[in-house]
Amino acid sequence: MPLLEVENLTTHFHTRDGVVKAVDGINFSVDNGETLAIVGESGSGKSVACYSLLNLIPQPPGKIESGTALFEDCHQQKKDLLQTSEKDLQKIRGNDVAIIFQDPMTSLNPYLTVGEQLIEPLIYHHDISRQKAIERAIEILGEVGIVEPEKRIHSYPHEFSGGMRQRVMIAMALITEPKLLICDEPTTALDVTTQAQILRLVKQLQQQRNIAVIFISHDLAVVAGVADKVAVMKDGCIVEQGSVEDIFHRTQHEYTKKLLASIPEGAKPGLATSTNDSQKNDTLLEVRELKTYFQDHSGGWFKGGKKTIKAVEDVSLNIKRGEILGLVGESGSGKSTLGRSILQLVPTTNGSVLFDNTNLTQLSKHQMKSMRRRMQMIFQDPYASLNPRMSVFDTLGEPLLYHGLVTRRNVIEQVLTLMDEVGLARSAIRKYPHEFSGGQRQRIAIGRAIATKPELVIADEPVSALDVTIQAQILDLILTLVEKHNLTMLFISHDLSVVRYIADRVAVMHHGKLLEVGNTETLFANPEHDYTEKLLSAIPVADPTKERERQLAALS
Amino acid sequence: MFRFILSRLLQAIPVLLVVITATFFLVRAAPGGPFSAEKAVPPEVIKALEAQYKLDQPVWQQYISYLGDLVQGNFGPSFRYPGRTVDELIYGGLPITAELALYAMLVAIIIGVSAGVFAALKPNTPQDYVPMSAAMIGICMPSFLMGPLLVLVFGIWLEWLPVSGWGDLPGDKLLPAITLGTGYAAFLARLSRGGMLEVMSQDYIRTARAKGLPEWVVVLKHGLRGGLIPVVAFLGPAFAGLLSGSFVVETIFQIPGLGRFYVQAAFNRDYTMILGTTVFFATLIILFNLLSDIIAVWINPKLRHQVQGGS
Repeated sequence: MPLLEVENLTTHFHTRDGVVKAVDGINFSVDNGETLAIVGESGSGKSVACYSLLNLIPQPPGKIESGTALFEDCHQQKKDLLQTSEKDLQKIRGNDVAIIFQDPMTSLNPYLTVGEQLIEPLIYHHDISRQKAIERAIEILGEVGIVEPEKRIHSYPHEFSGGMRQRVMIAMALITEPKLLICDEPTTALDVTTQAQILRLVKQLQQQRNIAVIFISHDLAVVAGVADKVAVMKDGCIVEQGSVEDIFHRTQHEYTKKLLASIPEGAKPGLATSTNDSQKNDTLLEVRELKTYFQDHSGGWFKGGKKTIKAVEDVSLNIKRGEILGLVGESGSGKSTLGRSILQLVPTTNGSVLFDNTNLTQLSKHQMKSMRRRMQMIFQDPYASLNPRMSVFDTLGEPLLYHGLVTRRNVIEQVLTLMDEVGLARSAIRKYPHEFSGGQRQRIAIGRAIATKPELVIADEPVSALDVTIQAQILDLILTLVEKHNLTMLFISHDLSVVRYIADRVAVMHHGKLLEVGNTETLFANPEHDYTEKLLSAIPVADPTKERERQLAALS
Repeated sequence: MFRFILSRLLQAIPVLLVVITATFFLVRAAPGGPFSAEKAVPPEVIKALEAQYKLDQPVWQQYISYLGDLVQGNFGPSFRYPGRTVDELIYGGLPITAELALYAMLVAIIIGVSAGVFAALKPNTPQDYVPMSAAMIGICMPSFLMGPLLVLVFGIWLEWLPVSGWGDLPGDKLLPAITLGTGYAAFLARLSRGGMLEVMSQDYIRTARAKGLPEWVVVLKHGLRGGLIPVVAFLGPAFAGLLSGSFVVETIFQIPGLGRFYVQAAFNRDYTMILGTTVFFATLIILFNLLSDIIAVWINPKLRHQVQGGS
């Protein structure tokens, strides 16, 4: 008998617009020491399915309509989780079944110390003194790789980096020795090298304790490395389920094939033909020894200690007209700051930025304003970077009117043309951002960026918040637009496979410094720098056999 | 933190100066004066009085000498209560008004916060609608209506509580405190409901539930702290508002507090008294605002981090 056996689980959301069948009669099971991955795009119901088991979905509007979930609890008794009372479920949550959530930035309580949050599951589930609980918390923090745990236990979540917070979340989930661990996109918010560390840590802890893991992810490459079994979900149903080898090597369902095909792989399409040499010799942007420093005010409550953070340190690079330069690095490497420094959105400390032979660092605010039309930015999060109170028409029309590119009379015409270009339906012109999906919102953001017919576009992680299939569409849209308008682009991303797919050349940043720049394929084939090599080796491959080999190689 | 407090106190100086200057010239711009009373007084008497209180000097000289007195902590003599200084009058009425404001604050916090939190736990259900409608009524109802109503019900019909006085009869402090506190209770209820709703939808509340904590621990330990931040930010201004806004209640219940001096001084053109009470209340408002900012920093570790540098 498996540890958890779910049959015909059905969860519906009763909204004003009708019933949403978030989970529509699914079956799966998982056993001790085994990892089941549930794969699907956002909205496929993979998280709702797992939260339903523990009654963690908001009710109303959610309602678990039917199904059984037989779970063997710590007394070796079979229990149907869906029939268990809230009071008994509280004894199972955090004790027999623990969850690691997607976003370590928001999943820890910012008002309580990490230690206080760590000991809670122990105190409420086991008969243990506070002192003993704290000792255990320190021990487990050390186990998940937090340095000086006896000191860090008194820190607040904001004093940790994203990867460290996720380690704290893992420690918190494992402190009660659960039998089943649900990981909901545990590495989606982290960069590749941190992701590799966290995945390795989960795997290692799983093997030590022989626990069952349900691993929810949209990233097939990650799943290939961690899962024993895979279930592919779409629109609330499991369309295909089987061993990891079956899913990847003997794919049955069309949707799974589509998912696998969407993973950006290999070089930029049509790379050979796009090298239009006559134009490419013309340098549009030249950055010389650019430095951007920040003052950090941290230290004790009563200390006024100041530290200088060298976000960008001596970076020199150039981009030719019509070229896409990929900029990669981990979070905190200064790649976003470099992008903002080029556009003069943050004050630079030293160095120069030559745009079409004009030094931007020397320009007055007023002169810079007229330059802004020629350089635009696409931001990472299409949910946060669009004004929720402005319709598509307002968002796209504003830059056109502001820079005096159109008159009020023909602005609608221009906006509609833009919408065609980025693939938005013309009928959506009066809609507001919340009425669009993530991919459509990013289309609006791209439309806004190209509205003023800029020469340079800086794209800061434009696809990292999107699902794989959407990601592929947006990347292709960007490539089309770059080609059509002869755009020059700095494409910032932590995702190396995305960069490899889109960029002509790649620059690698680490701790504010530029380590190396080179042609994409040359750099991917023969990285010069050790760090680049490390970064490249951390990319998960969507192939279970290769991925296992790669992990073994990483260990040895 | 010291630098934060210090800089805030320094910022208060220009604010106070503007308040003093505006009040000083405004009261003098109003028609009439402290000694233009009902009955005719011989001109030489008025002359003598004006000379005694330096009112015969040019206005700018009066202004400079008033500022000079103020720096030494001296509010000057009252024009209408001969032989008594404004300081004495303020400090005489202050303890009573402060006590009243404190009780009203307690009423507001206990009723307001619990109603708001209670409503936020089940939004858009009767458990939400009933206290929130009551809060709306509380906000809309002025204290000069609420006071007599309470007196009518509890004092005259039910005969449970005395209808006026302060500290003379047992329970006579209850009705004034409730009258003064309900308006603020209603505000606090709305603020704490909004704050709690926001916090209870956060990811870390889901984390707390996923740990298997009982619901009351989730609400009181994980929810309340963040949810009450807007309430805390409002407490300082609210307390200052209670102190300076108590005169209606003091009049209804015949309480010898500070409020009535304030109103009477305005009627009497008692220049020093108006200025003294205004400056005093302005200082209180600034101090209580600062206090609530300090508390907000103290309960929010992220703000603590930002304040350390002193900005």
